[in-house]
Amino acid sequence: MSTIASDSDSSTPKASTEPVRRNLGEGALPRLQPVLFAIAFPLALLTIWHFATVNRPASLIPPPYDVWQELKDLAVGGVNDDAYSRTLHVHLLASIGRVYGGFALALAVALPLGLLIGRVPLIRQLIDPTIQILRPVPVTAWLPLAMIIFGLGPRSAFFLVFLGAFYPILVNTIFGVRSVEPRLFEAASMLGCTGAAQFFRVVLPAALPSIFTGMRLGLGFAWVVIVVGEMTGVQTGLGAIIMEARQLSRTEIVISGMIVIGIFGFLSDQLVMLIGKRLLKWSPAHG
Amino acid sequence: MAEATTPILEMKNAGKIYAQGGRRIEALRDANLRVKKGEFICLIGASGCGKSTLLRMAAGFESATSGEALMWGVPIASPGPSRGMVFQDYGLFPWLSVRDNIGFGPKSRGRTKAEIRETSDRFIELVGLQNFADVYPHQLSGGMKQRVAIARVLANDAEVVLMDEPFGALDAMTRERLQDELVDIWSRTGLTVLFVTHAIEEAIFLADRVVVMSPGPGRIDNEYVIDLTRPRDIASNAFNEWRRLLSSKLHSHHARKAG
Repeated sequence: MSTIASDSDSSTPKASTEPVRRNLGEGALPRLQPVLFAIAFPLALLTIWHFATVNRPASLIPPPYDVWQELKDLAVGGVNDDAYSRTLHVHLLASIGRVYGGFALALAVALPLGLLIGRVPLIRQLIDPTIQILRPVPVTAWLPLAMIIFGLGPRSAFFLVFLGAFYPILVNTIFGVRSVEPRLFEAASMLGCTGAAQFFRVVLPAALPSIFTGMRLGLGFAWVVIVVGEMTGVQTGLGAIIMEARQLSRTEIVISGMIVIGIFGFLSDQLVMLIGKRLLKWSPAHG
Repeated sequence: MAEATTPILEMKNAGKIYAQGGRRIEALRDANLRVKKGEFICLIGASGCGKSTLLRMAAGFESATSGEALMWGVPIASPGPSRGMVFQDYGLFPWLSVRDNIGFGPKSRGRTKAEIRETSDRFIELVGLQNFADVYPHQLSGGMKQRVAIARVLANDAEVVLMDEPFGALDAMTRERLQDELVDIWSRTGLTVLFVTHAIEEAIFLADRVVVMSPGPGRIDNEYVIDLTRPRDIASNAFNEWRRLLSSKLHSHHARKAG
């Protein structure tokens, strides 16, 4: 007997081990069902919205069709042909740039800081209390101060988005680092992996699911605060046109902006999820 | 009988006292043990008898508060690859495939990619997990996880394998199978094994020498050389004799404790 092959154990009930994905044999209807269900609710809302607003000239809220026309005009023009026509890409790119820029900066600061706070007691004692006190301060409360420090314009917006993404990443990174199973450090050290090497070969991978959750929340918050961030007097951006259109009572533009933020926030979350699925395929909770 | 050569592992009056919220807990008192290279030793005893403490001292996870723990005559200061540990809860890295878990030790010691691959494949084969090399731990059964844990320390050239109730969480069938495999690996590799268990039958089946420990404070009571020929038949009369003897030794502790 050269190998100790183990047939009986290999076929124990837990042998759902082969990555089996069988969706064959299922018809199209069961697969379409969730899509239909997901569409039904917004469709109902649209209908209510339509009948509540149509044929009411005094209404400040335009009916869905007007919003659709405005959205088209913002994107490709040809409806109103005013100052807003064909400007959507400019505002969208400006916002995406700030969202991802602020998010990237938040990640670059929060990740190493979180790892240090989680692992080094001295740094934890030094920094953690301050962060715990600053954390409940809402991003909107930072607005005036940001405008004083960074001035009117894109830098303040960038800072506020950064702030929105920073705390979720930091808090989840700290949590991930602190909840690494002690057993894994023992396993690593008896296998000859000690000191700083443990940081990269144990702490970081073990904390990755948490870090990832933080990144997902952080990116979500970045989209949430973009409107606030762009209230600081920037010329372009989805938040900027929403605020501007509000002053002009162009509610259809306000709603168009909201829809675009919703869609792109959703898409960007899906993208992060996709990356996470690949990166965390080892984790039963993610893969 | 005095042994002239240096033992691979030795405990000299080793003791461990924990301070816990002002209270002192004596986990181990004056433990003396000499383990020869290639020996299979089982530590057995009720909970609180210090068997895990002794094992963790040998691993280097804990230091003795009195006496000393030595490997080849040198005090054990920290965990290291020469003493591989197999935990009851496996301690596998969930983010690494079976192959990479087994290659973790060689990688830590700076082996080349080709060497790591060759080593891990060899030990994957030794434990019969060829079809599961690229699978992650959460997809494995308990028995398979423990095979990976064993392969992982062997792939790292461990001279001594320390096992802390490794089969305690497995079902009876898998457990017997792994006991057979462990004896087989041990007899072919010349490893030294220190194996903690609370199952009398397991100890008699596996060990060259059974060390019986008792609690309050944890200490070594007695050692028994199991002279049964291998492979051992757990239904034989001689096996039953041993079972009866060790059982009465262990139960006398309980009686004494109760009385």
